[in-house]
Amino acid sequence: MPFDLAFIWAGIIAFAVLVYVILDGFDLGVGILFPFAKTERHRDVMMNSVAPVWDGNETWLILGGGGLFAVFPLAYAVVMPALYMPIILMLLGLIFRGVAFEYRWRTEKWKRVWDLSFFGGSVVAAFMQGVALGALVQGIEVVDRAYAGGWWDWLTLFSVLTGVAVVIGYALLGATWMVMKTEGELAAQMRRYAVPLGWGTLGFVGLVSLMTPFQDPVYFERWFNLPGSLYTFVVPMILVGASILLFRGLAEEGRDRQPFLAALSLFVISFIGIGISFYPHMVPPGLTIWDAAAPDESLAFALVGTVVLVPLILAYTAYAYWVFRGKVDPEEGYH
Amino acid sequence: MFDSLTAETLARVQFAFTVSFHIIFPAFSIGLASFLAVLNARWLMTRDEVFLRLFNYWKKIFAVGFGMGVVSGIVMSYQFGTNWAVFSDKTGPVLGPLMAYEVLSAFFLEAGFLGIMLFGRQRVGDKLHMVATAMVAIGTLMSATWILSVNSWMQTPAGYGMNEAGQFIPEDWWQIVFNPSFPYRLVHMVLAAYLTTAFVVGGVGALHLLRDRTDGEARRMFSMAMWMAVIVTPIQIFAGDAHGLNTLEHQPVKVMAMEGHYDSHPDGAPLILFGIPNPEEKRIDYAIEIPKLSSLILKHHLDAPLNGLDTVPDEDEPPVTIVFFSFRVMIAIGFAMLGLGLWGLYLRARGRLYEAPLFHRAAILMAPTGFIAVLAGWITTEVGRQPFTVYGLLRTADSLSPVEAPAVATSLLMFIVVYFFVFGAGTYYILRMMNKPAHTRRLGLREAPVRAAGPIASTKAAGSRADDANA
Ligand code: HDD
Ligand code: HEM
Ligand code: HEM
Repeated sequence: MPFDLAFIWAGIIAFAVLVYVILDGFDLGVGILFPFAKTERHRDVMMNSVAPVWDGNETWLILGGGGLFAVFPLAYAVVMPALYMPIILMLLGLIFRGVAFEYRWRTEKWKRVWDLSFFGGSVVAAFMQGVALGALVQGIEVVDRAYAGGWWDWLTLFSVLTGVAVVIGYALLGATWMVMKTEGELAAQMRRYAVPLGWGTLGFVGLVSLMTPFQDPVYFERWFNLPGSLYTFVVPMILVGASILLFRGLAEEGRDRQPFLAALSLFVISFIGIGISFYPHMVPPGLTIWDAAAPDESLAFALVGTVVLVPLILAYTAYAYWVFRGKVDPEEGYH
Repeated sequence: MFDSLTAETLARVQFAFTVSFHIIFPAFSIGLASFLAVLNARWLMTRDEVFLRLFNYWKKIFAVGFGMGVVSGIVMSYQFGTNWAVFSDKTGPVLGPLMAYEVLSAFFLEAGFLGIMLFGRQRVGDKLHMVATAMVAIGTLMSATWILSVNSWMQTPAGYGMNEAGQFIPEDWWQIVFNPSFPYRLVHMVLAAYLTTAFVVGGVGALHLLRDRTDGEARRMFSMAMWMAVIVTPIQIFAGDAHGLNTLEHQPVKVMAMEGHYDSHPDGAPLILFGIPNPEEKRIDYAIEIPKLSSLILKHHLDAPLNGLDTVPDEDEPPVTIVFFSFRVMIAIGFAMLGLGLWGLYLRARGRLYEAPLFHRAAILMAPTGFIAVLAGWITTEVGRQPFTVYGLLRTADSLSPVEAPAVATSLLMFIVVYFFVFGAGTYYILRMMNKPAHTRRLGLREAPVRAAGPIASTKAAGSRADDANA
């Protein structure tokens, strides 16, 4: 395992994507659960619980894309055309849900339209992210530094499955977030929802994990030969631990934070599992991290700023979350 | 209808369409973020409620515009990959890190402090709220700096080498970031954003002055906007002229297209005020021209020779008609803005700034022109760079993704439908908010908020100050 600039950068990009998934995951999840709210007031609270932070969350997605362009331009140039439709649909979904945060307060007549756009946009964006993940795991055909497949290659049973898995997983994050941030009837409702969502998430993670090794013999070897089989053992163990914490937290009224934190760790460990499958590839099956990396001058230049700025960003992001800590006050808002 | 169109044309139309929509919002966000920081600072310094009410009013409008800027911007950052994959692969090592810096130093800053600026005054107190507001403004300016550096490098590449894979590789970061056209473009664009915003603010102020001359907020914003107009417009014209001279040095072919110079003029070129380019015959029909003036402006000498497009191979020529017209639209608006600014100065000197309905009507008419000038300016810059994406080095035709035409056509159609629907609605909401006077308590739909019993009711009783600060 060569520890060089390209390797460090692969780690940073993976970190950015992970932060994106868990942060935007819960606010997309709130959107996915939006139509299940029983009253207007509940919908207001749900949206206000993420309104001050959603933009910051989404910026990690831009860092993922922009970072890829900066340090693995070849991967960016191959993956984006290969996933053309899922990416465009994801972007359109993000447009619909992003504007809803403001539009919803600006009209009486069309309020329903923007409620629907918040929900629909969140579902489409989440589903397409899952599809993109699945399509990437399946592998992308590359000839002469360019994508060599068609514009529908991404669509398979496996990618649809990963798409559904992500929608359900995000809904779980959203539900547990609401348990943490709200009170009363709404929190109780979300607590109830989180249980089947938790089982659903686990079921899909299991299904996808079982299918992954068969997408490419490399994955199979990774997981079922030493030292890989160690992971095969450890990763599911942690998964089980996190699940126990999740369901315990959900069962006990008053443990408002535990379910959310447990759900987050479910995501983190699944993400690490995917990382184990991928390494050392950037774009399976053909491109490794080192094939796709930009020249060292680019990697070094970008790294200097990253090392300084990312901790700063994490600090003021944490500050923003801290400012808006605690249960959402239904009366607050500035509209 | 798309059968005859190639993937290249479609991808170009798509890029032009999405980026043109995008730039409208940043032009407004950059200016408004700074305006809000000024309003908030003035409120903290003077404790004059007019500033606070203006802040709260424009803040809500800002939030909607900013939201549209964010979602249209995310599309842009992925579009390099989806539609211009070869370009991304080749320029990534040089341009990618600049865009990464934009995300790290600008987007996170804006997004991280936006929530506090919009919702947090009560929670963090006046001082930290001011810091957050300033951070958002600084973030928008940083964002403009990096992205304009990127764009300028594509116009006037510097500090690079090539590797065996055909990629541009960085050799001197200083030269890459501060490439020859960057300082000019940055100044010109930031001023453009300030002017655009000033004219919108001025237009809104004028509208409410027409309805009620005594409206304190309307007077204040109108006055501020008119100061901006009269001070910044001359600077902008000066900056634009300097920008043009820089372009003449580095991209002379673009200037030939802007000026409509199909032919070389060995002893002094005329300034073509107006005419209709005729690309087949390679001449300007119905030209109204002033002899030798172009040489005077560009070379500071009446008889200085200027080359025309006849010295350039056809396959390297940009489309003249578009560049020629868009350039003139921008210039015309620049001078109209100057005119309005001077008119305002004259009225102010006579003490009649708030009592001049005709002038107010003119200000309303001028309100959207900043956006038009910004678009026209960008079209001049970008179409004038054609047929290259990296000027002189990488052709647009060679920058394309290996994506089939039907895929691009489908996504283009979706973008058109969605953008007109979503951004049309947002623009309508913004206009509707602008139509209400600045002292309107709530611009949202809860005109009479359903207030629960308990401690919240007392906030209301505490009077308008608290409610305004809350709003
Ligand atoms: C001169 C300024 C300027 C120009 C030329 C561009 N942008 Fe922009 N962009 C901004 C100025 C800006 C901004 C002021 O920072 C915005 C506008 C409103 C906003 O929310 O931030 C923004 C938002 C914005 C966002 C969302 C950021 C966020 O979440 O806060 C992205 C990803 C981009 N832009 C990307 C691009 C790309 C890829 C461009 C080139 C094709 C581009 N922008 C042109
Ligand atoms: C935001 C203001 C901008 C506007 C309004 C704008 C407008 C345009 C237009 C109209 C075209 C099409 C030209 C043609 O095909 O004839 C174009 C092309 C292009 N622009 Fe820009 N542009 C802007 C900023 C940028 C920036 C900041 C970048 C780079 C970071 C950029 C990169 C490109 C590229 C790669 C093309 C080539 C693709 C094409 O020909 O369509 N643009 N732009
Ligand atoms: C009347 C005086 C003006 C002059 C002489 C002038 C000159 C120029 C020139 C020469 C360019 C093209 C530069 C290039 O591509 O190399 C340009 C671009 C541009 N102009 Fe102007 N301009 C004027 C007024 C304005 C006004 C009033 C606005 C907006 C409010 C504006 C906004 C822009 C923008 C956004 C661009 C594209 C970005 C850039 O390349 O800087 N301009 N201008």
